[in-house]
Amino acid sequence: MQQNLATNYRQFTKREKRNMSEDLTTTQSEGGNKVSAFVRREIGRVAALASLVIIFAFFTIMRPVFASWANVSGGILMSTTVIGLLAIGVTFVIITGGIDLSVGTSMALVAVITGKSVMAYDLNVWTGILLGMVVGGLLGAINGLLITVLKLPAFIATLATMKGAQGLALIISDMKPILFATDVEGWDQIARGNIIPNFPNAVLILFVAAIIGSLILNKTVLGRYNFAIGSNLEATKLSGVKVNRWLVAIYALCGVYVGLAAVVITSRLGSAQPDLGLGYELEAIAAVIIGGTSLFGGKGTIGGTIIGALIMSVLINGLRILELQQEWQYVVVGAVILFAVFADNLRRRRAGDTTV
Amino acid sequence: MSSAQLLSLSGVSKEFPGVKALHNVHFDLNEGEVHAIVGENGAGKSTLMKILSGIYKKDSGEIIYKGKSVTIPNPFEAQKLGISIIHQELNLMPHLTVAENIFIGREDRFPGGVFLDNKKLVEATIALLAELGLALNPNDIVGELTIAKQQMVEIAKAVSYRGSVIIMDEPTSSLTPAETDALFKIIRSLKAAGKGVVYISHRLEELEKITDRITVIRDGQYVKTLKTTETSIPEVISLMVGRKVDQDQRPTNRNISSEIVMKVDGISDRHLLRDVSFELRKGEILGFAGLMGAGRTELARAIIGADPKTAGTVTLHGKEVKIKQPSDAVAAGIGYLSEDRKRFGLLLIQNLTFNVILSSIPRFSKFGWLRIKPAAGVTRDVISQLRVRTPSENQFVKNLSGGNQQKVVIGKWLTRNCDILIFDEPTRGIDVGAKDEIYKLLTKLAEEGKSIIMISSELPEILRMSDRVAVMCNGRLTGIIDNKDANQEVIIEYATKFSDELPAVH
Repeated sequence: MQQNLATNYRQFTKREKRNMSEDLTTTQSEGGNKVSAFVRREIGRVAALASLVIIFAFFTIMRPVFASWANVSGGILMSTTVIGLLAIGVTFVIITGGIDLSVGTSMALVAVITGKSVMAYDLNVWTGILLGMVVGGLLGAINGLLITVLKLPAFIATLATMKGAQGLALIISDMKPILFATDVEGWDQIARGNIIPNFPNAVLILFVAAIIGSLILNKTVLGRYNFAIGSNLEATKLSGVKVNRWLVAIYALCGVYVGLAAVVITSRLGSAQPDLGLGYELEAIAAVIIGGTSLFGGKGTIGGTIIGALIMSVLINGLRILELQQEWQYVVVGAVILFAVFADNLRRRRAGDTTV
Repeated sequence: MSSAQLLSLSGVSKEFPGVKALHNVHFDLNEGEVHAIVGENGAGKSTLMKILSGIYKKDSGEIIYKGKSVTIPNPFEAQKLGISIIHQELNLMPHLTVAENIFIGREDRFPGGVFLDNKKLVEATIALLAELGLALNPNDIVGELTIAKQQMVEIAKAVSYRGSVIIMDEPTSSLTPAETDALFKIIRSLKAAGKGVVYISHRLEELEKITDRITVIRDGQYVKTLKTTETSIPEVISLMVGRKVDQDQRPTNRNISSEIVMKVDGISDRHLLRDVSFELRKGEILGFAGLMGAGRTELARAIIGADPKTAGTVTLHGKEVKIKQPSDAVAAGIGYLSEDRKRFGLLLIQNLTFNVILSSIPRFSKFGWLRIKPAAGVTRDVISQLRVRTPSENQFVKNLSGGNQQKVVIGKWLTRNCDILIFDEPTRGIDVGAKDEIYKLLTKLAEEGKSIIMISSELPEILRMSDRVAVMCNGRLTGIIDNKDANQEVIIEYATKFSDELPAVH
């Protein structure tokens, strides 16, 4: 009942807002053609990209070493990879109107399970990577089932699995890091190798994963249902779409990206750290939001998410080079999140788009 | 009309980029008068209301309020002047009580201003409710009240500002006839107290009952102001649409085959439905009439598996089908068009193509990949066939008018090739001109062999469209009448058959 009322209330307020702007949007769109529609659709990402460029330029002027390839690839890009992969996964979930708080600790759990298995069964690199993605996918599917079968709110379900995964990672690993990357031939090359000279593989993995993610989101049936569910779950259900099944698939897909992130982080660190992961989920969600994806669902892009993740790591890296104290770095990042979302809201309101 | 003038607008214009929403509109309101503003959707009614209530600023023209020229820069200022608006979609806090809602922002406090004085608040509410003759409990939670009672809360809230002008935007759109009568009683008492009421409604037959004057606007232009006693509904309609619309039509004799497409047998649910059975023939429009809460929407949702049923079967083309969830119904070729399109029918923030293909995505994909081009092509066909007014298939659905949104939902089910279409209030919130178009579309679909169930609360609509009329009351089907034997009186008789009985187990 209470939840019903809450949704009712959201309906009330949302509808009212929509009414206020209805006349405006109608008139604007009547004159709108494809070009202006395109610009309006893409302006969020253009603006995010512009801020990225401006922040980058600022640090380059302050400290030219900032723009050196060594810093860009080894510092900025490399440190974007793990959060970036998690953020791609979370983007799918947030577009459904849901949330996944478990990606950080799930990553630790996947890392531990993969590390243990690779060591115990003497698996090769490729099997290890595949295993990580499968385990990640299964963990994601569990989230999806909790949400659809037990009908728990995504926030609660993934809060529970977040704590569960945190504990299991510690239990399975006996609270000790699993040093396996050096024992498995080529495991360290997953992230640190250079298939393209001077370009870390981890970054390559991030970009390829982003392109695949973007294709899934925009060109496949799954991506289409992803947007449909986030736009209006009830209408999608009544249109004959097996919503629950697709939701499980989407959470599982998020999990696959979590698994990939686990593989990359173990390769980078040379070990699976059972206590590393908590807090990553919020950084990933922040990247998604800075990238212009709506927390209400139905809207979002992978490209925006990648830009959002890059903005965060450029900031951290730049502030570190400027030798700003760590505690102040947090404050700046907080301010940037506020500013990014505020600017985005402002722009949408001007465009008469009140769906946030 | 000797009473003093409260409000007068002259030469009011408002332009949005590219469109003249209002052009040189006149309107005036006297003390103790109910003055209706009518016009089709998009005629400019809501723009005018928003100017009056301070949400929009006018570009030109003058507003005179109680003899003084005024500007209304924001809703707060409008309230201060004494102009209150009751929006069509109510603006109440569902978790708060009646009293808290009415006096929100103006709560009585204990000295010191920190703690709320709930006792005083309740007393003030009781006094206000008594003054208006409203049967409400100040301590009831608003979200648990019926829509009609919530509306009363809104009215009490508007009156509590002690303003002189109350604007009501479609106040009866979700009320039953009895509730509407109760509302009219309240409006009459407001009149008697010397307040002016601006009344906006799609239901023209109400105007005769409650209004003193009617101002018609069309395409943002002032058309005419009429005295209610000196005009008729057909005249008002023809002024609204600029042409004549026949109100008393019946379906032209169609050849309906005797082939039974769907047989519904003994459907019951946990709350309301009791043993409902009927047959639907090929090419037929079967109207479902009944009072609000008779169980028509519940029946539709039970048939399509959106809500669970406790008993009953659905047989399609002679074969029983198990429908446990909406996807089963869709797979069997049954499409449901909800009365609340925005909540249950459309993806408002997506474009037309997305909405049109939503039920048929597997058809537009290969190995999980979407094929956008054919989807856009089909959508363009839908746009031209159903005459959807939109710049292109890339337009967002939220930017379309109600009638065009309804066409998009219809297009979705046509694209899915559904044989059976269940329309729940197909013309709710759609203006007179567009209604006609929807009626023609329904008739055409039936002629093409689709079988249609049409739930409607408007009896003229039921009589005009249905080949047979099924009437429900308290969760039961009380009768099925051939159109030739049907009239409003018969339908109402069936619709109230068990009204003295309480609905079974809750």
